Amino acid sequence: MTTIISGHEVHDVEARPEGGGLWLAPAQFEKVSGFTLKPDGFCRDAACIPIPPRRSAEFQRGDSINLAQFAALTHRPWVGSDAGDVWVLEEPADARNDSLQSLEAPDFELPDLDGKLHRLSDYRGRKVLLASWASW
Amino acid sequence: MWQALYRELNGKGFTVIAIALESRGATTARPWIEGANPTYPCLIDVDHSIARAYNMINVPQAVWIDENGRIVRPTESAGVTEGFRKMNPTTYEMPKKELDEGAAARRRYLDAIRDWVANGASSKFVLDAAEAKRRTPHFTDDIARAHAMFRLGRYLIERGRRDEGLRTLEAATRLDPDSWSIWRQMADLDTIGKSGGPEFWARVRALGPKHYYAPVDMP
Repeated sequence: MTTIISGHEVHDVEARPEGGGLWLAPAQFEKVSGFTLKPDGFCRDAACIPIPPRRSAEFQRGDSINLAQFAALTHRPWVGSDAGDVWVLEEPADARNDSLQSLEAPDFELPDLDGKLHRLSDYRGRKVLLASWASW
Repeated sequence: MWQALYRELNGKGFTVIAIALESRGATTARPWIEGANPTYPCLIDVDHSIARAYNMINVPQAVWIDENGRIVRPTESAGVTEGFRKMNPTTYEMPKKELDEGAAARRRYLDAIRDWVANGASSKFVLDAAEAKRRTPHFTDDIARAHAMFRLGRYLIERGRRDEGLRTLEAATRLDPDSWSIWRQMADLDTIGKSGGPEFWARVRALGPKHYYAPVDMP
């Protein structure tokens, strides 16, 4: 089994990495990546990222889709443990830059000491000083 | 840290949201929070997700967000100076000049927040869109990868794979050597106290003329 940390979720999948690839069933791939493989390429909302010509074998094998290769194609950081049993799939730098450059404050959901979840968007209508601190 | 300001401005459509970048979790943050007894929300971010979303590299940093969820001052040092670099390493004493400068910087920062709360978008401390974008810290591929490594390392440590986790966090600090929050959190997860120990001071000295807290550019 392989654990994939992506977005706010931790997914456990049956597949094991092989030769630098991690091949997932389409439904699993969608859950983990947020993208659907269509004839136009990897699609989310209306936007699709095409698979480069003559390279479809790197991405598709029967029904399975190679998550590692998808990450490389879309510049998503994809890092794994020594044994290859835990992986993190992150948003690409460009997406983070675009998000911040829109000046729309990225929303989040985090717990307080009692475990109660707060979202930034719960505080819409107020000015917010979002301030970091740490004990270390 | 913000309680007096919050009490003063809370009735005027303002709140503080404090985020503890704290991979050891609520148990570690609790005594600090309860000691300050704040009435504004204090949230625990074990995964440093806020650092990722807002490209923060140190504490305390802050972002000003208006009533519509728009960033009017992107990530910057929150009213602090680098006076601690002049601290006597054995007595922890700070020279008076640095103490005074630190207090003045904090006053200026709090006054700027008061001005923003009083004057909203017309406050001279609110940046126009072009300036806010210009000041927004830029993610590189290495920084994005460092954050992924940080998440992986933290997760491995949580799962009891301490050595591998710490090695992964070290790889994250090499990819994003400017991030003090990654380095200090790693040091803290290694051994409590290490984040402010001899290795920390060696890293600070190695900055040379570079900043530990970039100065806040305010009128």
